[in-house]
Amino acid sequence: MSLVVRQPGLLSLLQDSGRFGQHGIGLTTGGPLDREAFELCQRLLGNSADCTAIEASFGGLELDAHTDTFICLTGATMPLAINGRERDLWTVHRVAVGDHISLGYASDGCRSYLGVAGGFSIAPQFGSTATVVREQLGGLRGDKLAPGDVLPCARVTEHRRLHLPQDLRPHYQQQLTVRVIPGYQQQHFDRLEQRRFFSSAWTVSQRCDRMGYRLEGPAIRCEIEGILSEGICFGAIQIPADGQPIVLLNDRQTIGGYPKMGAALSLDAARMTQLRPGSTVHFAAISPHSAHNALHLNHWRIQHMPLQELPQERDR
Amino acid sequence: MQLSHAGDNAVILYLGDSTSAAVAARVQAAAAAARQVLGADLVDLVPSYASLLIIYDALRTDHMSVIQRLHGIQEEVAAASASEGGREILLPVYYSAESGADLERLAQQCELSVEEVIALHSETEYRVYAIGFAPGFAYLGEVDPRIAAPRLATPRAKVPRGAVAIADRQTAVYPAVSPGGWNLIGNCPQRMFDPDANPSMPVAVGDRVRFEPISRGRFLELGGELP
Repeated sequence: MSLVVRQPGLLSLLQDSGRFGQHGIGLTTGGPLDREAFELCQRLLGNSADCTAIEASFGGLELDAHTDTFICLTGATMPLAINGRERDLWTVHRVAVGDHISLGYASDGCRSYLGVAGGFSIAPQFGSTATVVREQLGGLRGDKLAPGDVLPCARVTEHRRLHLPQDLRPHYQQQLTVRVIPGYQQQHFDRLEQRRFFSSAWTVSQRCDRMGYRLEGPAIRCEIEGILSEGICFGAIQIPADGQPIVLLNDRQTIGGYPKMGAALSLDAARMTQLRPGSTVHFAAISPHSAHNALHLNHWRIQHMPLQELPQERDR
Repeated sequence: MQLSHAGDNAVILYLGDSTSAAVAARVQAAAAAARQVLGADLVDLVPSYASLLIIYDALRTDHMSVIQRLHGIQEEVAAASASEGGREILLPVYYSAESGADLERLAQQCELSVEEVIALHSETEYRVYAIGFAPGFAYLGEVDPRIAAPRLATPRAKVPRGAVAIADRQTAVYPAVSPGGWNLIGNCPQRMFDPDANPSMPVAVGDRVRFEPISRGRFLELGGELP
């Protein structure tokens, strides 16, 4: 009982919520870039938050159903078709043995989550199935999906068919204000440089991946060139010698020696991963207190987002 | 001990501004104490040369509570002594030109014999200052200044697994085949990272490591591989 990969698309990775507690041996966390879309996918399917789903970047993924089950696609606006017939995103759909599932290319955003009822059954490594290609860990063989990969999942014949109402679905604009908790070596950037950082428009460069998003704009100078390598948290904003910020993400190295201005609010860093090269980012400083308020409010919002039941499917 | 904000679920403690055994001992003590005072609110720790990144569950607790609890560990951390802490680990190394491509050049550069380089490298006790860069990559310090050599101008595309290498006053064993710019002086047959083993790594930050020179025969017996 499985879904089988016919075409993996540009970059499709098995991800659960991430690998935590392993920084001591140098392992990063991995996990979904857009955590909100991932969590809503699991909620729609009635799965626990740490089930394994596929993160499809940009699109092109095609799967063959070798079992009856239910699937859901959330995140970027990536056209979903089952047997060539277009289906709604943010909605649980029935698939049957022999069905062909295909994802087109994203028009709005770039990361989507394809979940299945009960999640994919993948053996965890270091407590997680999250694929980190750089570490050759997680997923299948520690690598991205390839044609022929078998993704085991349970046979499910009855399931609630929930969907997220249209007006609650996120829009992934081409600009974003990223809230930043100033910290780390912030005091080593003089006031002018801090102003420049917080008042400039930054462009997402071509060098944006699961490790980090490199932004382009006016060079930000730091009084110090490097620091003793230290731990890097999610969202940390590193400013290397060329003065171009890098927002560090799920697959970041766990330690590094470049000065940092602080860290992006995790919710905003996650939203930033839906931006493509050429998009615009602004930074705005917030206090740790406001950051925590935002985290709690968002957690409550996701947990209580009113999902609606669809009428019985009549097309089968 | 100085505390800075790091992110929305992280703070960083600075325990010194240079690399030394005393600072490393404080990092170790801070990690143990943070584990204790934060309990289930703790998500992960990243100990490094002179700092400790503390990642907590921001939905269970908040930065005020974390900071307050960390203030409580100050005395304990200040009392940490450099001679304590960490396990003693002995790692076998086959030092040779065939297992360490830069050994002869490094000896020439340092105006020493190959034997002297081996002796200086293997007679020092190192501390594991940090683990990162790649799974299982442990930064060990400090290398005797007489054999401290700068990184290669052009990094190698492929450094073999187990390569024992020097960069400035640091030394390391490459846990897997990877690119790298350090000077290779030998090879360690013991796996530094094995995802299927438990524990997956023989060393942890704060441990004290010594290298034991072994013969070619012993190296092969222990499963070492030559290029």
